[in-house]
Amino acid sequence: MINDRFYRRRYVISAIAVGVVLLYVSRLFYLQIIDQSTRDKADNNALLRQTVYPSRGLIYDRNGELLVFNQPIYEVTVITREMGRDFDTLGFCRSLDIDTALFNTRMTAMRKNRGFSRYTPQVFLAQLGKNDVAALQEELYRFPGIGIRKRTLRDYRYNAAAHVLGSVGEVNQRDLDRDAWYSAGDYSGRDGLERTYERELRGEKGVEILMRDSRGRIQGAYKDGQLDQPAHAGTDITVTLDIRLQMLAEELLRGKIGSIVAIEPATGEVLALASNPAWNPRLLVGKERSANYGRLLNDPTKPLMNRATQATYPPGSTFKTLQALVCLQERGITPGTVYPCSGPASSPIKCTHHHGSPVSLTNAIEQSCNPYFWCAFRDMLQHDGYGRQNELFRKRYALWRDDILSFGLGQRFEDSDIGEQSTGSIPSTRLYDKFYGKTGWKAITIRSLSIGQGEILLTPLQLANQAATIANGGWFVTPHLNRHDSLRTRIHHTAVDSVWFPYVQEGMRRVMTNGTGRHHAIDSLHMCGKTGTVQNPHGRDHAIFIGFAPQEHPQIAVAVVVENAGFGATWAAPMASLVMEQYLNDTIARPALRQHMSTTILNEQVQISR
Amino acid sequence: MNTRRGNILLDIDWTTVLLFLVLMFFGWMNIYGASYNFDQTSIFDFSNRAGKQFVWMMGALLLGSVILLIDYKVWDVLAYIIYGIVLLVLLATPFLAHSVKGSYSWLSLGPVSLQPAEFAKGFTALAVAKYMGRYEYRLRTWRDMVIPFALIGIPMFIIMVMQRETGSALVFAAFLLAFYRQGMSGYILACGVAAVALFIMAIRFGQTALPLGVGSVGTLLCMLLLIGVLLYFLFRERLTLHAWIVIGLTLLAYGAGALLCIWFRFNFNILSLTLVSVYAVYAAVLGGVFRKSRLYLLAAFTVLCLGYTQACNFVFNKVLQPHQRIRIEVLFGMKDDPTGAGYNVNQAKIAIGSGRLFGKGFLQGTQTKLRFVPEQDTDFIFCTVGEEWGFLGSCALLGIYLWFILRLIHLAERQRDTFSRIYAYIIACIFLFHLTINVGMVLGLLPVIGIPLPFFSYGGSSLWSFTLFLFILLRLDAARLEKLHGAV
Repeated sequence: MINDRFYRRRYVISAIAVGVVLLYVSRLFYLQIIDQSTRDKADNNALLRQTVYPSRGLIYDRNGELLVFNQPIYEVTVITREMGRDFDTLGFCRSLDIDTALFNTRMTAMRKNRGFSRYTPQVFLAQLGKNDVAALQEELYRFPGIGIRKRTLRDYRYNAAAHVLGSVGEVNQRDLDRDAWYSAGDYSGRDGLERTYERELRGEKGVEILMRDSRGRIQGAYKDGQLDQPAHAGTDITVTLDIRLQMLAEELLRGKIGSIVAIEPATGEVLALASNPAWNPRLLVGKERSANYGRLLNDPTKPLMNRATQATYPPGSTFKTLQALVCLQERGITPGTVYPCSGPASSPIKCTHHHGSPVSLTNAIEQSCNPYFWCAFRDMLQHDGYGRQNELFRKRYALWRDDILSFGLGQRFEDSDIGEQSTGSIPSTRLYDKFYGKTGWKAITIRSLSIGQGEILLTPLQLANQAATIANGGWFVTPHLNRHDSLRTRIHHTAVDSVWFPYVQEGMRRVMTNGTGRHHAIDSLHMCGKTGTVQNPHGRDHAIFIGFAPQEHPQIAVAVVVENAGFGATWAAPMASLVMEQYLNDTIARPALRQHMSTTILNEQVQISR
Repeated sequence: MNTRRGNILLDIDWTTVLLFLVLMFFGWMNIYGASYNFDQTSIFDFSNRAGKQFVWMMGALLLGSVILLIDYKVWDVLAYIIYGIVLLVLLATPFLAHSVKGSYSWLSLGPVSLQPAEFAKGFTALAVAKYMGRYEYRLRTWRDMVIPFALIGIPMFIIMVMQRETGSALVFAAFLLAFYRQGMSGYILACGVAAVALFIMAIRFGQTALPLGVGSVGTLLCMLLLIGVLLYFLFRERLTLHAWIVIGLTLLAYGAGALLCIWFRFNFNILSLTLVSVYAVYAAVLGGVFRKSRLYLLAAFTVLCLGYTQACNFVFNKVLQPHQRIRIEVLFGMKDDPTGAGYNVNQAKIAIGSGRLFGKGFLQGTQTKLRFVPEQDTDFIFCTVGEEWGFLGSCALLGIYLWFILRLIHLAERQRDTFSRIYAYIIACIFLFHLTINVGMVLGLLPVIGIPLPFFSYGGSSLWSFTLFLFILLRLDAARLEKLHGAV
């Protein structure tokens, strides 16, 4: 065949073979030598860097009572590729005690997840109890592609302090974007202390490097676990709450909408922070979390709102204590100043109490005399006259406002670890300028402020802090919840000189001996207080009380707000008194009063059973 | 010369045998590597694939020895009969077989399963070689191709349509390369290449819009390719003036189109199709004027290609199965689907890439060991080589393979009779085709077509059939001197 005329074509065919091999060699060169990306992918593939979840830090109260701990939960995972055509769906459903409809909806929902893959374990059902998965665990070998994973869930010793403790939930996209620590499906504190102290509580994740095959089946530890890193459990935190006081406060609020805040004046430690309606913290855990959350969200009484720190109310007569202090400081009055009172006939503000006239400062506080504080407020503001453009008056008002703000009112406690706070409001000069024009407002225009009505709005936390500040005689420590916290040393001094405080303290003492609070005081405890009955255009008056005890070395300052309850003396004062008694005497000698307070229902809508 | 007669051990080409043994042994080691898991110890453990492959290997060696002992004339004499039997078995297979991954090509014979399709190609090669090796046969016109094409077409049809085993059927395309050596027009191969190129352009860029006006990049590229082919032939026929007319007209038309885009969205698809149609007529007229039949063919080819490009999109979108369509889309990078259709190839690339220069060492590969690559001991066996033996090992394997194929071409060329030569060429081309498709698929250069890497992939049918055909070739080669004497 030497003469074959197509002889040369052997070279074409050989060249094709050589060409193909050269092309493949260059492709191999690219894949194996140049392209770096595959190496990491290979490790990601074969080495399962399994996160070892740290157990979340525990939470204790100030007396070392365990409040929050962890319980194990289980997740059922599915690798859909593994399941195969003859997967025993019925048997699987039976072992989990679910119906096939749920199975189908879960499978469909799973496939729609962003990170869905047929090749890796996907969470089919999360947050199951040990008993829920026990049957499946037994029969796991029958269901290819199905796995069970263990995690932990929050649990609570007491059905209390739900708002303060907060809850833990799955991270959202924003958390994932903001903090690389999280990966999808992780849990983090969503509100309350769980959120504020997320970094401390969450601990440090560990890593366990395992070899796995494409089915995700673990083939053993990589390099015998030399490269593994153990997880470090979250830091336990001790909170300033006294759980027994907290539970008493919540008990007293049953059937009512309101809140009770108690602070240790010397340290700013929050002893109790109760808001009602509330919920059992166990409701926002596990698989019922989202359903219960939705239910709470739609509840017309808005239980999710922490009224102790987020609701704002005009302080009413409790504000007179501050009014007195600022007027003394800014020379509107002296400790000896007296004003006449015509009782209900007084003008422009009538007095709601009956007492002698003229009244002194301590008497005015004791009797909650409206005309006295109107006069004091007026004289303080008009101290320099009005000036041609009203500028002297407006300057005095600004001074008054600054003094009020120095009590921590009308703003968040920015350096506090209490997450959810409202600012409240102390109206600014600019607000009134806008409303009436710069020259259009006088002392008489804003007379309501003198008795704590009008545009002033305060949160119960701010009220309690106000009480603590008066108890301290002119300074306060930012109210906070973590016992071991540098906040303890953050002392804020008010603009009011400490020499003026004893007059107000004395007035508040007399409220409890002779005034509106006298029926609910315990003499031995030297309680001081001030009641308030706040006019509410939307319904019945709110009952308010602030106070502290004992007068000489105050150990507890309290604020109580009960919405639509009527007189402060009837509802708020006894609750505060009981709280102070509990804290100072560690027992309650007035079981009937306690019973009366905790069983009376003032708002039918509030869920009693949690 | 007479002394060598009949002494098969002296006449056999030991180089090829050695390459065969090296490939088979290396393949066996890699099957062991690919199917190895952490709690298994012996390569001879018959419960796993390496152990089974050892049995297949022993069988293959026995088979090879038997072939060498059989008279070489058998294959020539019985070629048609064997071909007929093979066709019958192929026909019967779909009715006897149970479905394996959607194909009906496996026959169960007691403890083992065999795939008749694997054996069909070599025996078809015998029949084709016998037909084309007839003394009076000359490959001149297309009529001479009818019978050979029919011989290929029948088993191809049965395997593709009745057994649903597309990969095995496509292997018959390798015969074309052997026919080319035998004298088939190179244009037929060129047409094949053009068809593939047009298909890729039409599909890959079919949905990509032009920056100006209306039209797709795919259509424009296809048309430019056709115009390029046209120009090539015009220059070749020394019709230089006409070639320049075509170039000028083309530039003018597209320039005018671009200009018209200022006023409205000009449709470039229509312009391209019109231009090429006009050129086809032009070529036909030139053919008439200058009496050049090649230009008629060119005109016909152009028109056919026009229709073909339009058909490509139709076939792709309407005829192909969704899983085939998505494989092609993934290959072209039109879709990124690392967890679905692209999983195999993506994992294969990762496994190979992680091997780097020297590889991770025998049995040290994590990707293959942990079964990330599906079919890693059969169609994707090359991954194990890439991961455990690295760039150097992979190149060595490709080098040995190239040597093996070139050696087969060498053997083919030294045959003294047409029958042996055609048979040898077909076998060489089949090996080349398998190597190209299989490794190209694993490297992510070709769509996923499931055909094995000869001597490497796990499987008795594949190993035995390739051994069988190789040793028939070696037997024929060993007898070449004998035949020469016999003929004289």
